Amino acid sequence: MFGKLSLESIPIHEPIIMGAVAAIALAAVLLLGGITYFKKWQYLWSEWITSVDHKKLGIMYFIVALVMLVRGFSDAIMMRSQQALAAGGSSGYLPPEHFDQIFTAHGVIMIFFVAMPMVIGLMNLVVPLQIGARDVAFPFLNNLSFWLFVAGVVLVNLSLFIGEFAKTGWLAYAPLSELKYSPDVGVDYWIWALQISGIGTTLTGINFFVTILKLRTKGMTMFRMPIFTWTSLCANVLIIASFPILTATIAMLTLDRYFGMHFFTNDFGGNMMLYVNLIWAWGHPEVYILILPAFGVFSEVTSTFSRKRLFGYTTMVWATVCITVLSFMVWLHHFFTMGAGANVNAFFGIMTMIIAIPTGVKIFNWLFTMFRGSIQFTSPVLWTLGFIVTFTLGGMTGVMLAIPGADFVLHNSLFVIAHFHNVIIGGVVFGMMAGLTYWFPKAFGFTLNEKWGKRSFWCWIIGFYMAFMPLYALSFFGAVRRMQSYADTSWQPLMILAWVGAVIILLGIACTIIQLYVSIRDRKQNLDVTGDPWDARTFEWSTASPAPFYNFAHLPETTGIDSFWEAKQKNGAEALLSQGPYEDIHMPKNTVAGPVIGILSIVLGFALIWHIWWLAALSGAGMFVAFLMRVFNDDIDYYVPAAEVERIEREHRERWARRDELEHTNRLEVRA
Amino acid sequence: MATQTMTNQHAQTAAAEHEHDHHADHHDTGGTTVFGFWVYLMSDLVIFGSLFATYAVLAGGTAGGPSGQDIFELPFVLVETFLLLFSSFTYGMAVLAMNTNKVGQLKAWLGITFLLGAAFVGMELYEFQHLIAEGFGPDRSAFLTAFFTLVGTHGLHVTFGLIWILVMFLQVSTKGLNAMTRPRIMCLSLFWHFLDIVWICVFSFVYLMGVL
Repeated sequence: MFGKLSLESIPIHEPIIMGAVAAIALAAVLLLGGITYFKKWQYLWSEWITSVDHKKLGIMYFIVALVMLVRGFSDAIMMRSQQALAAGGSSGYLPPEHFDQIFTAHGVIMIFFVAMPMVIGLMNLVVPLQIGARDVAFPFLNNLSFWLFVAGVVLVNLSLFIGEFAKTGWLAYAPLSELKYSPDVGVDYWIWALQISGIGTTLTGINFFVTILKLRTKGMTMFRMPIFTWTSLCANVLIIASFPILTATIAMLTLDRYFGMHFFTNDFGGNMMLYVNLIWAWGHPEVYILILPAFGVFSEVTSTFSRKRLFGYTTMVWATVCITVLSFMVWLHHFFTMGAGANVNAFFGIMTMIIAIPTGVKIFNWLFTMFRGSIQFTSPVLWTLGFIVTFTLGGMTGVMLAIPGADFVLHNSLFVIAHFHNVIIGGVVFGMMAGLTYWFPKAFGFTLNEKWGKRSFWCWIIGFYMAFMPLYALSFFGAVRRMQSYADTSWQPLMILAWVGAVIILLGIACTIIQLYVSIRDRKQNLDVTGDPWDARTFEWSTASPAPFYNFAHLPETTGIDSFWEAKQKNGAEALLSQGPYEDIHMPKNTVAGPVIGILSIVLGFALIWHIWWLAALSGAGMFVAFLMRVFNDDIDYYVPAAEVERIEREHRERWARRDELEHTNRLEVRA
Repeated sequence: MATQTMTNQHAQTAAAEHEHDHHADHHDTGGTTVFGFWVYLMSDLVIFGSLFATYAVLAGGTAGGPSGQDIFELPFVLVETFLLLFSSFTYGMAVLAMNTNKVGQLKAWLGITFLLGAAFVGMELYEFQHLIAEGFGPDRSAFLTAFFTLVGTHGLHVTFGLIWILVMFLQVSTKGLNAMTRPRIMCLSLFWHFLDIVWICVFSFVYLMGVL
């Protein structure tokens, strides 16, 4: 009846896990109780859960990502604490089977459920606005993608309460992840969480690729697109081309585990290195899916806050395109030690080093944009400067790893850990924090508190260096990755230093939470009345903050790069306001099918993990019926009457006209 | 005839746009849908590409079991191939019928396409069942694993296409041809021809090269 599921699947005897479960359950009860008490279910359902508004989906992606950041960071600090303790015969406080789940969960969560939703969230919020569109090409799919992603999040978190998570490392290398060596449900949780959310990601990739190619406003040729849109376009090309490989690979592992097939087994002709090749043929483009949009954020931030047009726009675009193409030609550098031979390794080593060239072009473009600009040292700029230094360093250790001979020594050591955190924290995290701060007012209508933003930055950057520089050093002493304990006590001081670094990063995360709290509390004093708080250059700033649900009363027209900036120079602040007469605006309606299919996919995944076949069949059929109902529904769009558009735009104009007074009153309120 | 078809199609599209849209800035949703579907097909192609690559790697891994030469029956597969190729032709006729707004003809061609596709899937299932009964199931060796998965994935796609044909049959019957059903018939057309191309690759790389 319940497949492999029984009461014994709940780890009652594990105090650490049960503590976490209790905390999460308490938070959930408070949240759900709060929603019920304040009677917000109806509001949540009609304004958020079923919404197809790309801006709201972007916000939801970011909220989930920030929550999962806390979860992923908890794993991180548990690992650092374990390694700070478990030296010279001590086994620390985490038993090996628990430690292994933690490092697996940390990697999976940080990449799939923190970095990816932040990147996709920003693309959702910003791209349609930047290209002067009213929504994405397929609004329903956009909602569905989000709920499939949430299904993955829920499954990963369920593994904490019921059963266990994979103990294989974040990529579940075969044959370790095969049934023979991982007979428990951990790998199955990994499989279904990633398979379901990965399909959502593919749909997002297709959606945004088509959006950017088909929905650009009048006059916006490809080489007039803002750089963030360009980098998003390339990231989506990578999604479309690489996520299907992940889907296929996970499906093959599934067939091995569920039907006794022999893709990656070490008997019956299976080939375990095939798995490693396939997973990295997806995995390497994946890291560029994360970093390219971050590069886009830095480009926007640099040119806005340097008050200069971006230096070398065209080279920036081509560098992005080069990286996109090259990212598919380097996957083997993740396993030089496979023994493919000197020639193969040399090829992939050289291809890897070549990527440093377009990346270097970008670094110089940002530097020359700042050169002789009048830079405002806002927190997005601090994140950018921190990125330039940290990422360059991480890039250099990457080139070191790209030398096959050196890699034979460094493979599987803490050097690899230090390197990729160097580029992921220094690149993706800093980029997403800069992007969050930069576009927050466009989403909510007020800016984030700068003081706490800067504190967060300083904690993150100091914490990062303290946490990861010791790992480079430790790797030279022979410390490998994923150690539950180690014999050599001379490593312990550096391990403790790394732990202190992690605690400082924790303070950085706390600063961000405080920043959000303080900014919401003092929102009246940080109001963005004009819609253009940074005096920026691209179209998202030409509409109100928060942007009206239809984005633009009239779709903007462009005549060149930064044409919004040009318009402001020519027409002054009038460029920020729309003029009548208005017309009816065609908009998509909300969808019930998206969240329903998403919730059913959680049930489907859960049923498949625990081999509850009847439930799997039932939920699968339910998903199909929900999809059919969507397909047979004609009533999917509507028109916003011109009068309604006029009312909204008039209100914006009236507020805008009183902007000095509004800001003045706010200041008075603050003083009082 | 071709000109007439084009003109008709154009008139239809224009009419659909007029009824749907009174704005200058409204985009062509039908075209966007078909383009989006093209992009989806390219991503699906990557799945097939991964499976083909996997098959290429594992084809030698027979683990003492049969190789392609021992189990493939070309005449049987050739019949399958012609069923599918012919179904692509009949689907093409369905699209031509749609372009001339002949709903009855469109439904008839959809029906014939469905029967041909169903016959293809039936033959494939028979082949699979036959192999499994002889003890050459997908768990026998890595070669058979890769073979069953590649061919089976294609078969699953065709099965999904069959369901889609049924859905479109129903939609055209109830809703007629409009701005919603037309792009879907076109997308299904792309899907069906795409599966044909993939099958030609399966036939060439798996069956022909396996027997040679």
